[in-house]
Amino acid sequence: MRYLPLTAADRTDMLGMIGAASIETLFADVPAAARLEGLIDLPRQASEAAVERRLSALAGRNRAAGAGPFFLGAGAYRHHVPASVDHLIQRSEFLTSYTPYQPEIAQGTLQVLFEFQTQVATLLGLPVANASMYDGSTACAEAVMMAARVTKRRKAVLSGGVHPHYAASTHTLAHAAGVKTQRLVAAIDDEAAVIGAIDAETACVVVQTPNVFGTVTDVSAIAQAAHAAGALLIVVTTEAVSLGLLKSPGDMGADIAVAEGQSIGNALNFGGPYVGLFACREALARQMPGRLCGETLDAEGRRGFVLTLSTREQHIRRDKATSNICTNSGLCALAFSIHMSLLGGEGLRTLARINHARAQATRDALAAVPGVEMLTSRFFNEFAVRLPRPAAPVVEALARRDVLAGVPVSRLDPGAGLDDVLLVCATETTLPGDIDALASALAEELRPT
Amino acid sequence: MRFTKDHEWVEMEGDIATVGITAYAAEQLGDVVFVELPAPGASLKAGAEMAVVESVKAASDVYAPLSGEVTLANADLSDNPQSVNDAPENGGWLVKIKIADPAEVEALMDRDAYEAHLRSL
Repeated sequence: MRYLPLTAADRTDMLGMIGAASIETLFADVPAAARLEGLIDLPRQASEAAVERRLSALAGRNRAAGAGPFFLGAGAYRHHVPASVDHLIQRSEFLTSYTPYQPEIAQGTLQVLFEFQTQVATLLGLPVANASMYDGSTACAEAVMMAARVTKRRKAVLSGGVHPHYAASTHTLAHAAGVKTQRLVAAIDDEAAVIGAIDAETACVVVQTPNVFGTVTDVSAIAQAAHAAGALLIVVTTEAVSLGLLKSPGDMGADIAVAEGQSIGNALNFGGPYVGLFACREALARQMPGRLCGETLDAEGRRGFVLTLSTREQHIRRDKATSNICTNSGLCALAFSIHMSLLGGEGLRTLARINHARAQATRDALAAVPGVEMLTSRFFNEFAVRLPRPAAPVVEALARRDVLAGVPVSRLDPGAGLDDVLLVCATETTLPGDIDALASALAEELRPT
Repeated sequence: MRFTKDHEWVEMEGDIATVGITAYAAEQLGDVVFVELPAPGASLKAGAEMAVVESVKAASDVYAPLSGEVTLANADLSDNPQSVNDAPENGGWLVKIKIADPAEVEALMDRDAYEAHLRSL
């Protein structure tokens, strides 16, 4: 396909058609601070070799996650991805295929999505899963809007343990659909606080386990309280590997469960593309957002796969569709499914145990550092610690020692008053030497001078 | 039997109206696979969305032909949605409504007027 830029005459025609005098008037509502005046300050031209050298030098200033001690989590987790995953997803049948509208030519893609849905339903402990959402945070927003459709109520209560970015995405998407979100005060271990905020207008309560501070919670009692008030329970998980060890959201009474699937099969990818996992109770399936793949029989009685319940989607239902997102993260979902297949149930449990063990070893090492206070009592592979001073500058100082110590809460939630709290995550990629390096660098940094 | 221009039919028995979609509407939709009905007790306003009929190719809103309160929804449709195709103006009925205003019934079309409406489409 050739790229043909618009001519000045094309622009004038288009502006005339919509009744705008100029491009300037068209963008009048964009705040001046968010607009670029003039051209970006770049050289007018440079040779390819010169550009390559300059950009390589800039790229060289990055520190790759795998280059040394790395304890960042908070929604994006560094795990080992087997080389076979990358090899398989790059087969052109997968890599270049578009959305499988025509089952007669897309059985491979459709079967992958069907297997993906089966894996997600098994992990989340609920019978119906869709073919994936963009990421965990948009899946959370979609779950809230779905709960509003099911209950015909307009308010969602989010615990203080829900990842602040998830809360922000949910607010951004849900408020435009007329659903109010109430986010409770940040709390390290108080998912049950949502119970006190349920009223007759509450469509759903949203809790997270492990929550953004790492705390693992059995949310069964929250499910009962929500259901008694006619509200739904949405359970969020940002670290999918935790589901290899912990009780599933469905088993604890969740009506809808959403998770970030990046941890399995996908690299950090600079924060995206990721893959949102979404599952619900069977009775709610018709209100589900997104694409759904089903198993069926063809005219000759052979097993086959098709997109199903498509009447929920916008290409058929237009403005009354359950969601205006009817695409999915196909390639990331494929990577998830391949890695899950390689791990198997026992492999996933083992992987989860290793994660927990490395996090415990990290916790023990940090507990021995003077001035560090442990805040999370029940965790999977991530926990919060309180430092004797603001965490962000400490993280900067440790980065200069080549130790990436964790995510300061102030980075995620500047207004929470938790500037001295640091989130620390360990996975199977954390080596004993990394833990020693973190503990000794932190001890030196915090040592009174 | 009375009709709306949106292809719903109404059959009155005392102050209870049985409501469904017409044979023409059912044929236009194709094979019906799911019907979403209001719960008994729901109050309806004439002209407002009342139900959704889903076929293999479309999902269509059904509008309340009359104001009133739903007394019964056709529970048989959850297992046999194809009744809407097989017997649209009989076993494929959707809901029964205790009507609020008999004058609204008078305002609906009779079969001759509805058939004239269909010819005009």
